[in-house]
Amino acid sequence: MASVSFDSVTKKFGDFTAVSDLGIEIGDGEFVCLLGPSGCGKTTTLRMIAGLETPTSGRVRIGDRDVTFMHPKDRKISMVFQDYALYPHMNLADNIAYPLKVRGESQEKRHARAREVADVLKIGQLLERMPSQISGGQQQRTSLARALVYPSDVYLFDEPLSNLDAKLRLEARGFLNHLQRDMGMTAVYVTHDQAEAMALATRIAVMDAGIVVQYAPPLEVYRRPATTFVANFVGNPPMNLLPVEAMIADGALHLRAGGLAVVPLKVTRAAAKALEAGRSLTLGVRPEHLAVASGGEENTIEGELFANENMGPEALVTLEREDTARFTARIFTDEMVALEGRVRLGFAADHIHLFDGEGLRLPLDGEEG
Amino acid sequence: MTRYLSLYFTRIGFSVATALLGAVFALPLIWFIFAPFNPRAELGLAVPDPFSLANFETVFQNAFALRGLWNSLIQSVGGVILVGAGATLASYALSRSPIRGKNVITYILLLFSSVVSGSAAMVPIFLIVNGMGLIDTHIAVILVFAGGLLPTAMFILRDFIDGIPKSYEESAMVAGASPVQAFFDVALPVIRPGVVVVVVWAFVNIWGSFLIPFILLRSSEKMPASVAIYSFYSEAGTPIVTLLAAYSLLYSLPVIVLYLFVSWKFGFRFFGGIKA
Repeated sequence: MASVSFDSVTKKFGDFTAVSDLGIEIGDGEFVCLLGPSGCGKTTTLRMIAGLETPTSGRVRIGDRDVTFMHPKDRKISMVFQDYALYPHMNLADNIAYPLKVRGESQEKRHARAREVADVLKIGQLLERMPSQISGGQQQRTSLARALVYPSDVYLFDEPLSNLDAKLRLEARGFLNHLQRDMGMTAVYVTHDQAEAMALATRIAVMDAGIVVQYAPPLEVYRRPATTFVANFVGNPPMNLLPVEAMIADGALHLRAGGLAVVPLKVTRAAAKALEAGRSLTLGVRPEHLAVASGGEENTIEGELFANENMGPEALVTLEREDTARFTARIFTDEMVALEGRVRLGFAADHIHLFDGEGLRLPLDGEEG
Repeated sequence: MTRYLSLYFTRIGFSVATALLGAVFALPLIWFIFAPFNPRAELGLAVPDPFSLANFETVFQNAFALRGLWNSLIQSVGGVILVGAGATLASYALSRSPIRGKNVITYILLLFSSVVSGSAAMVPIFLIVNGMGLIDTHIAVILVFAGGLLPTAMFILRDFIDGIPKSYEESAMVAGASPVQAFFDVALPVIRPGVVVVVVWAFVNIWGSFLIPFILLRSSEKMPASVAIYSFYSEAGTPIVTLLAAYSLLYSLPVIVLYLFVSWKFGFRFFGGIKA
């Protein structure tokens, strides 16, 4: 195992900048998820660790080795591909043992080791089969087995679960989590699924347009999103965001938007500074922090019931305000009341998020510094 | 009722028409199968009576014609090896390397091969081969065929390789394989069906070609079967039908065998291991 570090790495494809001035550090034994929408540069970043892309500028290190221009074969890495890339002309045993074959291991040793790994992944009885004769989930395990068959410094995953159906994906996700706890491997995992990143990562690097917007542990990303982009991308359903007008009066911060008024907040330095640039801020509330409320303008949002989606233990209640802004609340069905026509959703003041005109997080009272 | 009747007659009419058309194409083939075994064969179709191998006995006494088959084999196999190996490596490189303008290169190659090769280029080809002192050698025939067929072979194969995901070789290299290992262990087996198609196509092309060996070769002991077949014509230019038929059958056998072999061994199919 080893750490991975990027030293102001930029990758351009012609005029398009895929990754811009990346400078993250992945610690030894960490499981880092690169999370973002398609085209945000996450896969390019992974491929630069693998050596399948070469940075336009900057340095990539694995442990204390500078691998920027090193051929993939010399990097001591393993990788699981999105399409699995199993060799169609080899049976599963040969597929899994291929990394040992190129390292000159004897056939006997190779197959013994392949069997060992395959047994762990519960595909031991399929070793004689060809890749085209097994199911998608088994193919996924085979490609995982091939990555685990020999010890590597870093394990790379390029959306390995995106070709599985929903149920298998959950199962495989749980297994990967178990594996990480078991082996303590250094892993870099690319995904566009925020739930996968939350479930697996020790740290998440949220990427947007080639830039790492936030690099923090999952709960930190969830509880204190650095920008409105992160707030919107992480969490399902995403955080409710609403432009609000802010002003400081009587030594308190007042937020208003249409019929909504937030209970006056303590003025923080950051908020005061943001207000110098403009009075428009963005208010964010997570769906699980909203509840059906009655009466009062403070800390409540009112609107027409737009949708009421029952999910079993909970329901997603969406209302639409007069200014067409929609708010979704996640409500336990046990606490549900019959909803019709106009609905009010309330939130607690200590569960709100505030972003400045550029979409950057404004620390609230108690989290400044 | 009348509607069904008219449909019925339309069908009958259609079937009769296709049967006639099929017969027109089948007649030469039937002649081709029957005539070699008929010691009195003529240009008309006749069932061999008596069935005999006499024609073949006479053909096997013609050393020039038998040598022709052997020469055809040397030239075809030589050409196929060059075309197969050259086209595979070149089209793989064209498909995978990040060379700028590689599409232009491919299309120019194809254009030149289809325009320049063939009869129009015969004189310059002859002069070049003559200048190299290769006239009347197998090598000359093999090189000229390889040069003429390679561009099209590369074009076909490149298209095939373009359709194969890069992640095969990438996963091999990440697993510790050198580019050469990745090519031979992973890429080549995966593109083999395409190579087989090109090889069969090149073989059939060279095997059946007359003009190039006829012009580049001088001595009778190097002529391929396509040229040697003229030894079954009389001085006056009339074919000796019986021997010609027997020799034609022998001449066709390698191509038929090749098709059967490829179809049995590779089945002209492609197996996938990539989950799309």
